[in-house]
Amino acid sequence: MQFMLLFSRQGKLRLQKWYVPLSDKERKKISRDLVQTILARKPKMCSFLEWRDLKIVYKRYASLYFCCAVEDQDNELITLEIIHRYVELLDKYFGSVCELDIIFNFEKAYFILDEFLLGGEAQETSKKNVLKAIEQADLLQEVRIFLYHQVAEPIREIDCQLDSSWSRAATK
Amino acid sequence: MPAPIRLRELIRTIRTARTQAEEREMIQKECAAIRSSFREEDNTYRCRNVAKLLYMHMLGYPAHFGQLECLKLIASQKFTDKRIGYLGAMLLLDERQDVHLLMTNCIKNDLNHSTQYVQGLALCTLGCMGSSEMCRDLAGEVEKLLKTSNSYLRKKAALCAVHVIRKVPELMEMFLPATKNLLSEKNHGVLHTSVVLLTEMCERSPDMLAHFRKLVPQLVRILKNLIMSGYSPEHDVSGISDPFLQVRILRLLRILGRSDDDSSEAMNDILAQVATNTETSKNVGNAILYETVLTIMDIKSESGLRVLAINILGRFLLNNDKNIRYVALTSLLKTVQTDHNAVQRHRSTIVDCLKDLDVSIKRRAMELSFALVNGNNIRGMMKELLYFLDSCDPEFKADCASGVFLAAEKYAPSKRWHIDTIMRVLTTAGSYVRDDSVPNLIQLITNSVEMHAYTVQRLYKALLDDISQQPLVQVASWCIGEYGDLLVSGQCEEEEPIQDEVLDVLEGLLVSNLSTPVTRGYSLTAIMKLSTRFTSVNRIKKVVSIYGSTSLILYCCNDPISSWISFNFHLTECPLSVCQTFQLQLLSPSSNVVPALNQGTVTQVIRVLNPQKQQLRMRIKLTYTLKGSPVQDLAEVNNFPPQSWQ
Repeated sequence: MQFMLLFSRQGKLRLQKWYVPLSDKERKKISRDLVQTILARKPKMCSFLEWRDLKIVYKRYASLYFCCAVEDQDNELITLEIIHRYVELLDKYFGSVCELDIIFNFEKAYFILDEFLLGGEAQETSKKNVLKAIEQADLLQEVRIFLYHQVAEPIREIDCQLDSSWSRAATK
Repeated sequence: MPAPIRLRELIRTIRTARTQAEEREMIQKECAAIRSSFREEDNTYRCRNVAKLLYMHMLGYPAHFGQLECLKLIASQKFTDKRIGYLGAMLLLDERQDVHLLMTNCIKNDLNHSTQYVQGLALCTLGCMGSSEMCRDLAGEVEKLLKTSNSYLRKKAALCAVHVIRKVPELMEMFLPATKNLLSEKNHGVLHTSVVLLTEMCERSPDMLAHFRKLVPQLVRILKNLIMSGYSPEHDVSGISDPFLQVRILRLLRILGRSDDDSSEAMNDILAQVATNTETSKNVGNAILYETVLTIMDIKSESGLRVLAINILGRFLLNNDKNIRYVALTSLLKTVQTDHNAVQRHRSTIVDCLKDLDVSIKRRAMELSFALVNGNNIRGMMKELLYFLDSCDPEFKADCASGVFLAAEKYAPSKRWHIDTIMRVLTTAGSYVRDDSVPNLIQLITNSVEMHAYTVQRLYKALLDDISQQPLVQVASWCIGEYGDLLVSGQCEEEEPIQDEVLDVLEGLLVSNLSTPVTRGYSLTAIMKLSTRFTSVNRIKKVVSIYGSTSLILYCCNDPISSWISFNFHLTECPLSVCQTFQLQLLSPSSNVVPALNQGTVTQVIRVLNPQKQQLRMRIKLTYTLKGSPVQDLAEVNNFPPQSWQ
């Protein structure tokens, strides 16, 4: 994976993780252009597109777009699963996660991502182990930062076949 | 000095801003406060301040003055500080700036820290953004951690090693010993990252690839266990055990089996098993099938397995999920050359995808359809593709038109069908046809001698309907110029037009706003050519005199003895005239006005392509008005030096 972006329907960046060396200016340009391109797509379109010379995989969960740029040899379908796993991790950690959780606790979102992916590849395939590691690390913090949690629209999958087992996993 | 405001407080405040200007003001105020706090070397609140800076950076504001502060946080003993410090480093620093090197020592220390979560932070940062210099300095530490029994660290070290190898490929060798028993691990995290590391090494070095081929049986065994094992709650995704690991193993098998018969044979059974037993109701199962298909197609698999793979793709094409259809079409496009017959069996499904709503799917279906056209299916396929050309978005029309022309040229069952197909493209997508199509089509028509009458009649009819599509108009004009005699002589099936009607149409093109200068050139040339074929020469002379105050007239006839070249122009754009022995290109003249009293000249360059090395001769006819009366001057240029045309 080259990078992952999270952004709102208004195009505001909520998280940006870069796994390739690019200057701030280049990152801004790519983010801006790619966000515009994805926001212009209609709901019934594919989750995959070729943009510049990158393969882009994206999925919308409620008000947030999760967007990854992957390599040519990468499997797009499993990338969708990677995105979904990250959403599940956030959901479990925050308890029915919503966009505001990610806004107010963005550093936590990064910490969770960094326990799941490293250098753009999955380092841990067990949900339980990722969450356990985060929990332990949180306990190490000298200053406990409590989660600033707002009750708002929870992140759910939309525009796809919502399966009861998936929604059960997401709500736990 | 009051304590700096908390991160969440700042976020809340900034979100209340109603305008961009208001937000900017808040940000500037807070940045100023943070800057003075940094200047005071405040250790207590450094972490909070950097966190706030990172938030503001995400909103798009500059935060470079916080870079050194991140380094200070990393060097702190507090875990909270390190966590934010490393995050800040990954967000604000990039390897192009020297300042990042200051991290190296801290990372080195943290890689040896007593707390695994601190070691984890260091590994993560190094594996995410480590520069080549850092990687060189710290590779030894990473290699050490790759051999640890702590699976939490081992898995991270493996991915960190991948990054090191990408940055400094020469260091790959040093990680070889540590890979010895990576696959004997039970921990899935370590297994997954180990497979990624092995994949990276095999892709980069043929020696490594040869060395790791012996792992195929072990990989096959691991994959088999994943499929056969019962439900494992820790790794289950919709009834499938650790799909992430399965996919990576399949990918590594692909690389190991490629161009190696023994390895390919060793993995044959497991691939067949995965292909037939994987649950396909969810995306996750299809992800594994997709990877399996890619592997089957890339290794030296037996034909039965290949057919199985193509059939999986065929089933994918019928899936309701558009993402699945997309990857199916992409994969089929890759295999259509090597497994043409197998893909042909799914032709009708592929053609159905032309009607899909998604643009990417449509495009792939179009490319695949053209790849599948052959002598047997040309009529049926062309029907579908022409229908697609009619109704598709403009962004497809140029490519589709080109594809139709190419396919028609290769597989046309008859000349008449060929001409009809070209007509259809010109009339339905005429404005999207590429510029080079016009001379190519003219060449094609010229060569289809028995179709001249039919062609000119059809093109003439098309012109009567629509003169807006330039390529159509240009080809039609040229044909009428060449075969106008056939058009009016009653050799066509329908009622033939009379000469004046034909000239009306051509003249209409000259005056129309829709005609480009190039088109006007074609139509004027055609009118000129008809002077040798039609009897209404006076009318033709009149037309030419109207449209050229000073015009160079060179006319063309298919006289093999004296291959006169002829064309005309309007001191503006140049038409590309095509005739049998010569090709001409007129460049724009240096000026539209010839200065009076011999005070200057106008130069126009004419490029002649003379492949048959015919003798070059030029006849110039100048017509102009002098004091209100028309004047005509004729001249011949016969003395082109032989070197210019021999």
